[in-house]
Amino acid sequence: MLAQQLFNALVLGSVYALFALGFTLTFGVLRVINLLYGFYVAAGAFAALVAVQSLGLGLWAAGAFGVVTAGLVAVVCDFLVLTPLRRAKAPELSSLIVTLGGVLLMNSLMQIAFGAEVRRFPARLLSQDAIAIGPLLVAPIQLVIIATVFVLVAALFWFMERTRLGTAIRAVAERPDTAALMGVNVGLVVSGVSFLSAALSAAAGILIGLDFNAVHPYMGEPMMLRGFAIIVIGGLGDIRGALVAGLALGFLEVMTAGYLSSNLKEAVAFTALILGLWLRPNGLFGRASGKRA
Amino acid sequence: MNRRTVLAAAIVSAATALSGQAFAAEPVKVGAIECLTGLNAKYGTMIKPGFDLALDEINAKGGVLKGRPIELIYEDSASQKEQAINAAKKLIGRDHVVAILGPTLSSEMFAAGPVANERGIPIIGTSNTAKGITDIGEFVFRTSLPESDVLPVTLKKAQAKFGIKKVALLYSNDDSFTKSGFDVFKETLDKLGIEIATIETFSTKDTDFSAQLTKIKSLNVDALVVSALAEAGGGLVLQARQLGIPKTVPIIGGNGFNSPKIAEIAGDAAEGVISGSPWFIAKEGAQNQNFVDSFRKKYNMDPDQFAAQAYDTMYILAAAFDRAGEADSKKLRDALIKTENNGLLGPFKFGADRSPATAEGVVVTTIKGGKFTLLQ
Repeated sequence: MLAQQLFNALVLGSVYALFALGFTLTFGVLRVINLLYGFYVAAGAFAALVAVQSLGLGLWAAGAFGVVTAGLVAVVCDFLVLTPLRRAKAPELSSLIVTLGGVLLMNSLMQIAFGAEVRRFPARLLSQDAIAIGPLLVAPIQLVIIATVFVLVAALFWFMERTRLGTAIRAVAERPDTAALMGVNVGLVVSGVSFLSAALSAAAGILIGLDFNAVHPYMGEPMMLRGFAIIVIGGLGDIRGALVAGLALGFLEVMTAGYLSSNLKEAVAFTALILGLWLRPNGLFGRASGKRA
Repeated sequence: MNRRTVLAAAIVSAATALSGQAFAAEPVKVGAIECLTGLNAKYGTMIKPGFDLALDEINAKGGVLKGRPIELIYEDSASQKEQAINAAKKLIGRDHVVAILGPTLSSEMFAAGPVANERGIPIIGTSNTAKGITDIGEFVFRTSLPESDVLPVTLKKAQAKFGIKKVALLYSNDDSFTKSGFDVFKETLDKLGIEIATIETFSTKDTDFSAQLTKIKSLNVDALVVSALAEAGGGLVLQARQLGIPKTVPIIGGNGFNSPKIAEIAGDAAEGVISGSPWFIAKEGAQNQNFVDSFRKKYNMDPDQFAAQAYDTMYILAAAFDRAGEADSKKLRDALIKTENNGLLGPFKFGADRSPATAEGVVVTTIKGGKFTLLQ
């Protein structure tokens, strides 16, 4: 039973981590608490669903389609909603309120377009029969999730550390004005980060939709609650912190439900949040504020 | 006479003719408050065709009270309590209806029921299953069976068939509907002497149940008893089978499982899932067959239990009008109490509490080949 629970925790934690990575990236670079982020979970999942049902694409193509679509939607949304605020150098609270309005609007539009009912990806995409690996029972989608998450995370680290655009992103995160003076196209970097983070959110949405057979307009909401806890515990803007905190939260939730009481599962994220703020207010890896992303 | 006078004269005479005709068979006005839009529109949009189909049949046969047709005026509650109250006020104050059907949700009935009750207008819920609905007042009725009637029948039947001795009980603990289902399940399990090995909870929005199910698997129970809405329920069933809880361990659901969504979400894993219902589509008998055929022909979709309940309720109302002898709310109330009907849901009459008197019509179903079939 322990082995199976640890595996359950790994799957859940991977999805949390993937979701939180984009969230923390947005904050680290754009200095914005972007509540629209939760919407991209559903946007990506629905785009992939449409790609499967109407365009007849396969699993990977539909996934890529969903990720790219959500990324492009995010670029447009951020341009319309956040760029004017950035130009006016509005305080952080303004962007919080504006994106709150934005997410309510977008969720309602999704509901009008697709209805509130829960949908699922067709069963033909991926077998749902579990495979026995030693003492474990593993669904194929769970292997896909773990593999996808680790490939994406590795790609993200490589991109941030080794590419020109990644360096530019880190420069903008450090000080946008100075970066601009050094010749970095800040507008392009901002759009790039919007795209990248929404793409990660959408990837999480598609994987959740596939794993639990539940795609609906509000699927981002429960993720946002966890996402907040993870990025605060991991340190706002800290990619490594989000990865570790996401995996840890998945582990704690599963162990709590499995060995203590499932009644307490919902409380785990918030207990961890309070403890995190109390013990490590600068995040798990405790770097001073200002040196993020 | 100029053209304008001629036109005016024509309108006046036309209007007189129309009102004269209307007077000959003045319709009996009845209101209906249903969720036609909003989050719960899936229920209201099945109830409406159920009413309409029965209404067409009744009016085609000459209506009620010796030849008066029933006129049904719909108001949309948009799945909101406030809107349900406004709808009741409008129907009573402006449309002067004699009775009201609906509202769809129990929570809406708790809001709109008192409005109708105060004004002495009978209000008949066709889909409310929560506790305490008819305690609102003596003008409040319901034709839907409360969960406390349906769930015990389901459990008893499953116990007899599978020899269940030990179960795991699961429910979503953040929803009043699933919590009340859990209470009934727990009480019944205790009464039947079935051991509850563990009680596990989850939230309505949860998608991952693997931790709870892995724990349950290690307890070797005879069955899983689940009070959840269809969405969470479908996911739970799927994961239970993926985690290796064998198909010989049946999964028994509450009213939320009584939905095609379960099979849609869980696919093959939904095979053998058991739930109870006041009605199901393959119920035997010519009357049911006729209903299903006409419904399919007219609306190009399958009816569900909400449509069937609405259909029966319209016939009960029509019979009560004839018994009352005139379109009077007070007389209608007294007549409703005495009205009996043999409809799609089986023999029906109201108990002293204005809820259905018996649970005789309850059928226990199991999913086979993706479809609900009778558990034999």
